[in-house]
Amino acid sequence: MKLWRKPLDAEEKKPPRGEVHILIERCKGCGFCITFCPKQVLESSTDFNRKGYHPPIVKYPERCVNCGLCTIICGEFAIWTTPAEEPADGGK
Amino acid sequence: MIEQIEHHPLDELLRVDRIPHIWCSTCGLGIVLNSFLTAVRESGISRQDIAVVSGIGCTGRAAGYVNLDSFHTTHGRALPFATGLKLGNPKLKVVVISGDGDLVAIGGNHLIHSARRNMDLTVICVNNFNYAMTGGQFGPTTPPGAKLTTAPFGSYEHPFNLPFLVDSCGATYVARWTVLHVRQMTDAFREALEHPGFSFVEVISPCPTVYGRRNQLGSGLDIVKYYREKSVVRNDIDTRECEIELGGTIVVGRFVRKRKPTYLEKMNEYLRQSVGEAFVPYSGPVDDAGD
Repeated sequence: MKLWRKPLDAEEKKPPRGEVHILIERCKGCGFCITFCPKQVLESSTDFNRKGYHPPIVKYPERCVNCGLCTIICGEFAIWTTPAEEPADGGK
Repeated sequence: MIEQIEHHPLDELLRVDRIPHIWCSTCGLGIVLNSFLTAVRESGISRQDIAVVSGIGCTGRAAGYVNLDSFHTTHGRALPFATGLKLGNPKLKVVVISGDGDLVAIGGNHLIHSARRNMDLTVICVNNFNYAMTGGQFGPTTPPGAKLTTAPFGSYEHPFNLPFLVDSCGATYVARWTVLHVRQMTDAFREALEHPGFSFVEVISPCPTVYGRRNQLGSGLDIVKYYREKSVVRNDIDTRECEIELGGTIVVGRFVRKRKPTYLEKMNEYLRQSVGEAFVPYSGPVDDAGD
């Protein structure tokens, strides 16, 4: 994201971090979470689940900001995010 | 078999033993159910104070998947059952989740009369433009030109414009969103649950297996991408202006939000005037645990 100037509270405010949880056996491989994730965190897996679909896998876990779009757009109740702790190196 | 260790945050509102549901991959119905349950959780309504009623069809299965008081009625009769439920227990929030074929085609008469009476119900009408469960017959919401099993050369009938239909009948909350507008749809469900009076939310949903396949619209993902390109948010417009054409723009938004006395308020007020002090308004079943 391009910033025109450095935000005044950039020192104290950090973007939230999230952790993605996936129940691969519930997934029907529709691809909504992969396509509509605003941070492009997910990718289609090359492996199959028990029903023969390709579930998503987390490709860039450090990008997730816990927006919860995948949680709500999943029609199979198979993916959700939870707030994650900030890593010691500040996510760099 | 691997034990499931993690639990989805909505699992407490779902009958988990029935999941996975029967809806096809890339169908929008799961998203509608997810948004509805999220709205129920956000609104803070107790599980004892809400009931879900649905009719027949793909969408009608929703009542079987929610871990709330729910009833799967006969075809088209979701609204009369919900009306009876509401009159029997006015404290209950009654939600009708059903499809266009159930609510508008066979149950069309009940829809217009529930809206006319301003019955305090929340109606979620999932519109996929055809009768999907029975193999893709065309119905009263099929846009002209769309090809379906019983319209192999395309439908030529003029379809219903659902927001205009219920608005003209007297609904006091009318909104339309597509399944891609998950946040707005969840807010609309929450507002509709809190709104006193007939609340109607139309949700445009892809049907990849029948409607999408017969009209070469691609997978459900392609149809949802089409919603992203072609939907226009226009709040508070005249509901006459939101007709849907095949391949055309989809006008979405919250069209109507007004306050009008509900059926029960009207009835109590009228009977208090005509009967006088002797009239005691009915406020629901008495909890016999205290007697």
